[in-house]
This record gives sequence, structure tokens and C-alpha cells, in this order.
Amino acid sequence: MQTPPRLDLSGIAKRFPGVLANDNVSFAVQPGEIHALLGENGAGKSTLVKMIYGIMQPDAGTITWNGQRVTIANPKAARKLGIGMVFQHFSLFEAMTVLENIALGMDANIPARDLEAKIIAVMQQYGLKLEPHRIVSTLSVGERQRIEIVRALLLNPNLLIMDEPTSVLTPQEVEQLFIVLRQLAKEGCSILYISHKLHEIKALCDTATILRGGKLVDTCDPAVETSRSMAEKMIGGSLKDITRGEGRALGSVKLTVQGLSVPKDGPFGIALKDIGFAVKAGEIFGIAGVAGNGQNALLLALSGETPSANPDAIQIDGKRVAQLTAKQRRLSGMASVPEERNGHAAVPDFSLSDNAILTARDRMGMVSGGMVNARTAKTYAGEVIAAFSVKATGPAAMADSLSGGNLQKFIMGREIMQKPQVLVVSQPTWGVDAGAAAAIHQALVDLAATGSAIVVISQDLDELLSLCDTLAVINEGKLSKPIPVPGANIEEIGLLMGGIHGENQMGENHGETAELAHAS
Amino acid sequence: MSPEFIIAAIVTIVGLTTPILLAGLGELVTEKSGVLNLGVEGMMLMGAIAGFAITAFTFNPWLGVLGAAAGGALSSMLFAVLVLQLNSNQVATGLALSIFGTGLSSLIGNAFTGRIVPQFGSIFPAALAKDPIWKLVFGYSPLVYFALAMIPLTAWFLKSTRAGLILRAVGENDHSAHSIGYSVTGVRYAAIAFGGAMAGIGGAYFSMVITPMWAEKMTAGRGWIALALVVFAGWRTGRLLAGAYFFGFLMWLELFAKANGFGNSLPFLQDIPSQVWAAMPYVMTIAALTLISSRGNVGASAPACLGKPFLPST
Repeated sequence: MQTPPRLDLSGIAKRFPGVLANDNVSFAVQPGEIHALLGENGAGKSTLVKMIYGIMQPDAGTITWNGQRVTIANPKAARKLGIGMVFQHFSLFEAMTVLENIALGMDANIPARDLEAKIIAVMQQYGLKLEPHRIVSTLSVGERQRIEIVRALLLNPNLLIMDEPTSVLTPQEVEQLFIVLRQLAKEGCSILYISHKLHEIKALCDTATILRGGKLVDTCDPAVETSRSMAEKMIGGSLKDITRGEGRALGSVKLTVQGLSVPKDGPFGIALKDIGFAVKAGEIFGIAGVAGNGQNALLLALSGETPSANPDAIQIDGKRVAQLTAKQRRLSGMASVPEERNGHAAVPDFSLSDNAILTARDRMGMVSGGMVNARTAKTYAGEVIAAFSVKATGPAAMADSLSGGNLQKFIMGREIMQKPQVLVVSQPTWGVDAGAAAAIHQALVDLAATGSAIVVISQDLDELLSLCDTLAVINEGKLSKPIPVPGANIEEIGLLMGGIHGENQMGENHGETAELAHAS
Repeated sequence: MSPEFIIAAIVTIVGLTTPILLAGLGELVTEKSGVLNLGVEGMMLMGAIAGFAITAFTFNPWLGVLGAAAGGALSSMLFAVLVLQLNSNQVATGLALSIFGTGLSSLIGNAFTGRIVPQFGSIFPAALAKDPIWKLVFGYSPLVYFALAMIPLTAWFLKSTRAGLILRAVGENDHSAHSIGYSVTGVRYAAIAFGGAMAGIGGAYFSMVITPMWAEKMTAGRGWIALALVVFAGWRTGRLLAGAYFFGFLMWLELFAKANGFGNSLPFLQDIPSQVWAAMPYVMTIAALTLISSRGNVGASAPACLGKPFLPST
């Protein structure tokens, strides 16, 4: 009587040199079910979905699709079956338009005009905003993800695999996406949903399958479980909360930003307009906002990659640093971590030890008389690896041999262990699992406890709310007035992120008001 | 300057331009797929001798052109196997192809030294090209019209067809293209073959149109100019056409300076050595690159994966 499962995996195994990525994994996804796939980085989730989507072939085990045993030879075959996928690392073509990117994901040759009409229809139906003729390189991370989602939805999939889809969305957008996903599920489409955000899984998913070290740990009902119990199954131990020292008092103002304006860097860039805020010693200051609202420009301006025209715009302990280079700012006690791990924060083809030299050479004494002291660098990289539990073969491992989360841990550790006076980080835990994220958060809190001022730019509002003392919202290059996190109204922050606010609320002198608010 | 002089100059410039236009267009398509093939000079020479040899046997220049295309494409396949299958370095392999093509064409050409092959007739009625002015429009070899027709065809192919879209995608981000399910290696084989065929036809222009005789190294470095042209054009077909004629004009200046000197007409250019004119296409390419990058959009058109080997992660 009953219909067979949409997708039934049985005894799936996949071995890479040295690692058993999947070991005898079996579970089933029913028609119309929203099924969560949980696990830490390296637990084998990506490998598993790559086999379902035909990018890799399993070494053992069977895949059954609607009761029929199938071999999914390649992604085209997967799409033919009705399997769509939204990747975590977008497979987009930067120099091409949104329309061309979507056309490339279609197996049928649809005339550009018809495709555009279809895209607009899907976007309207699901409330996803995109301009079809924009070049992808000018789009933010969030907008790029929307391309992937639209691309997958256009195929009318029977199973939609979503790899970390909400990490770059506002709470309102997440809600909207959930409405879309629930609608799809009601129409009979199954969804395989990979996320680290356990409360999202509780809110959205019917079933959760938890992987650890390539093995299936549990298949459970997220409605019955707590976020904590699922996280502990994932990491196979108990989860640590962020611990803050008692009776913590903020010191004097350490980082002052006032009247910081940066012209846009290209036709689709975002200009920073009169940004102002102040961060005290020991304070963690969060900057929330939807991707593409000037976060990158702000990070570059703070780190020194874009020196400012206004010499007073950025001050550390009253010392003007706005016109110093990134290296000089680092010597003044400022460290920074950009959003893009590979190619910006780290050189993929360099060893971890060489990557450590890139930002730590002056502060950690790795260069003397123009010569690199390789041993100091190696020792330091080793310390970072040990302190942040980076899964790597050692300081000699290439940066691109690490998984995203592990590389992120290394980069965060590289900066934090230099004990900077001011640390500016963008997306510190993007794509990082719960256990690693907790470790990074704890390290930030500990650094703040030593009297450093920390700025965290993130699109993950939950992260900012749990981590920060104060936060402000950036929208179209303007920064809102600071909001103290205890007692912050999520609804209001969400509205600020969406840009729904009176212009006068964001008065011309909000740099000043920011300072006033801090002084009070 | 008399009208005859201008007409002669234009005819010469068209002749100088056509081979680099053909080879440059082929190389543009190859590079759009992410492969840098520096073997253009060698492929042109292989095309030149193949076209000449086939014409010499069949007495049919049309078959000769097909042979030239096949000769260029076959020699490009040597490069393709090394680069795509064995992941050899594209720059080194391309240079090797240039040297190899030069040598092999000379070896084969030994047997054809001194022979003369039949040339193309006009594809238009003779009456049309009688008047010297009309000759400017109708008086060229069919290869000239072929080259001009290939420009909009290639532009249309790259911009508006699905195959062209996939080809550009492979050149932009090979890993993404692979993960969507396109055959990166297959597309690149096709693009390299097209580049080889076009270079071969470009080479045949020397041995079948400019002179109906074979001479060693008769392409005289034009393959390198074609490579510079692609960069100069910023990987755009329209600019490739304009750039090719601009380079053709510069090459004509070189010839003119060598043969006549500017003594009578432009005395102030008299003392400039002809080598300066010969260097001009390269100087202009550097100038164009500087200009493009100073406007902040460098790389906007250079394929992101140009010259990088594709190593799938699985």
C-alpha cells in the first residue's frame, strides 16, 4: 500500500586515500519530507550528497530512487531523475551574468527570453530578488546563493539538496525560504537539508540524520530532540557554552571610527557613508547586515587594504591609523580576518607555516634582517594548530588541503594568538560546524577578556546576539546606531537589516550619536 | 598620395591582416575555453605546408584549404593530448609545438620546394572586380571573405549559442563547469582543434594566396603577432577585427619603410628603423593592456582559468 521512499540509501561507503569518508550509511527520505543531514565538518555529509548528486560514485552500497535501484553516473543524470542541489560553495561563473549562469545549469536549451521570463516568475513566486543581467562578480554572497536556489527551483526537482542555505540570509529571508521549502514539501518535493543551525532544523525538518566520522550516529525527530542534544550527538561529547569571566567591566575606548566614507569600488560596489562607532577595551562589537551592504568595503577600510582619505576616520587609542597601510596597522596592534578564506585570508598553495608568516611575521618575530625564520613560523603555526584543534597533518600542510572549517579555525587562531589590541573579523564561523564555532567564539571572548577591542562582521544574527556586547546594522553602506545586545529586539534588528527604517533615524551625524550612546 | 597608391596600400593591408585575423580568431576561441596555446606559429606553418601539399596533389585549392585546416588541427591535437591528458605545462608545451611545427613543416616542405600550385579564382564574376575601386571590394581571395565572415559567426557562437556559453563557462571556472556536469576536457579538445584549424588556414594564406610557392618559415613570426592580437583585443571578437586591421596597418608601415622609405612623402619618419615598426604590434599590445587595467576592469574579459590545468577533485 505504501509508496516507496523517494530516496533510499543502503550501506553507502566511500573511501579516500587515508580516510573512510562514509562507512555503511543507510537512511531513507520520504516524498514530501524535509530531512536534515547533520554533522561536523569532515563528518562525511558533503561526500554523501556528492554521491547522491552524481559527482562521486560510492565504493559500496545502493541508491534506490522511488523504489528503483539506480546508478547516478553524473550530475546530469541526477537532474534527470529530479534531484536538484544548492551548493555551499557556489558553482558560479563570475564573469557571466545571472541569466547565463542559470542557463548553464539547465539541461535543456531554453531561449534566453523564455528563460528570463521563467526566472522572473520563480523569483516572484518565492520572493527572491535578483537582476538577471547583472554580472555575478558584482554580487554579494547572499545574492549569489539566490542564483543557486533559483537555478535549482527552475528544474522542478523531486528532491532538493540544500547545503547550508541560510548562513547568508536575514531572519526575514530565512523565514521566506522556509515558507518556500515548506511549500515545496507540501507539493511533494523531498528536501535534504544540511545546516549547522540546529534551531532551524528544529523549526523546519521532519527528520534528522546525524553523521559523525563518516558513520551514521542517529536518525531522530528534531521536534523531540533539543538543539543541545543534537549538537552533542554530532560532536560525540558535551557541548561547551561560551564562558565569560564574572564582573567583567569594559575599559576605555580603544577603536574609534568616525566619518568614515569610502567611494564605491566599481559600478556595483557599495559606498560607505559616514560610518561611525566606538569599541571599548574588552568589548565585542557586532556588525549585522545582509550580504552586499558594504561589509566588505568596511572590512577593507578597517584592515587598511583601502586607506581612508579622512585621517581622523580610524583611531586606535587615540592614534590616527586611517592612512596607514595594512602592515603598519598590524604593527599598531590591529589584526583582521577577511570574509574569503581561500585567496584572501590565506594563500591556498602555501603551507600553513608560510601562511602564518604572511600576517604574523612582524608581531611574532618571524623575520630578521630580511630573512624569514622558518623555524619560528613553523613553531607558531604548530601552536595555532594545537590551540585551535585544527585538523591538519601539520604546519607543512597546504592551506587548500584543509576543509573550510579547519582553515577558518587556523586563520582565526593565527590572528587571535598574536594578541592584537584590535581585532576585526568578517564571518568568523561561516561554514564552520557547531563545535568549531563554539571554540572560535570562546577564543574571541577570551581575547576580549584580556582587554582587546573586537569587531565582528557577520550575517549570522544568532552568532552576533550570543557573542557581542553591542551591535549595529549595516545597510547600503550606512551603519545604524549601536544597539546594546542584552534586551535587543530581534524584530527591530531584522527590519534594520532589510533597510526598512526612516532616513532621519539614521541621521547624518550618527557617528556622533554612536559615541554618545557609548559614553552614556 | 595618388589613389593608386592608396588602393595598393589597402590591398596590401588586407593581405597582411587576413592570416593574423584567422589565427587570432582561432586562438581567441581556444583561450576562451581556458587554454593558452602558444603554438600558433607552428600550427600556421603546418597548415601552410599541408594546404600547399594537398593543392599540389589535387590541383584544387579548396581541398587545399581543407587540408590546411586539418593540418593545423592535427598538430594542435598533439598539444591537446599533452596538455589535457597529461596535464603538461601549457606555456612550455605551446612553445614546443611552435618549434616542432616549424621544423616538421620545413622537413615536409623539402619535397615541394620550387613547385607552384594553382591559386583560387575569384568567387565573384570577373566583371565586378574590373574597376580598381570595385576591386577593393570584390578583388580578394575567398579566404579574406571567409575570415571576415567568421568574425560575426564566432561572436554569435560565443554570445548566443548554448555551446558557446558552455565553452566560456569552462574557461571561466572549470571546476564549476565540471560539477554542473559539462566535460571540461571535451570542450577544450574542441576549442584547441578549432584554434588549430583556423591557424592552419591562416598559414595557408601564405603558401596559397600571397605566393603560390612554399618557403621555409614563410609565416615569418605572424603567429606571435596573432597571440599578441588576442590580448590586445581583450578577448573580444569585435576588437579582434579592429585590432587585426590596425596591426595590419602597422605591418604595412614596416614593409613600406623597408621598401620605399618615407623620404618623399613623410620625411620626418625617414630615420626610424624598420625594426621599430616591426615592434609596434607588441608595443601597442602592452599599451592597450596598460590602458585597460588603468580603467580598473582588467581581467573582466580574460578567461579566469586561462593557462591553468584542470585537475578534477574526484
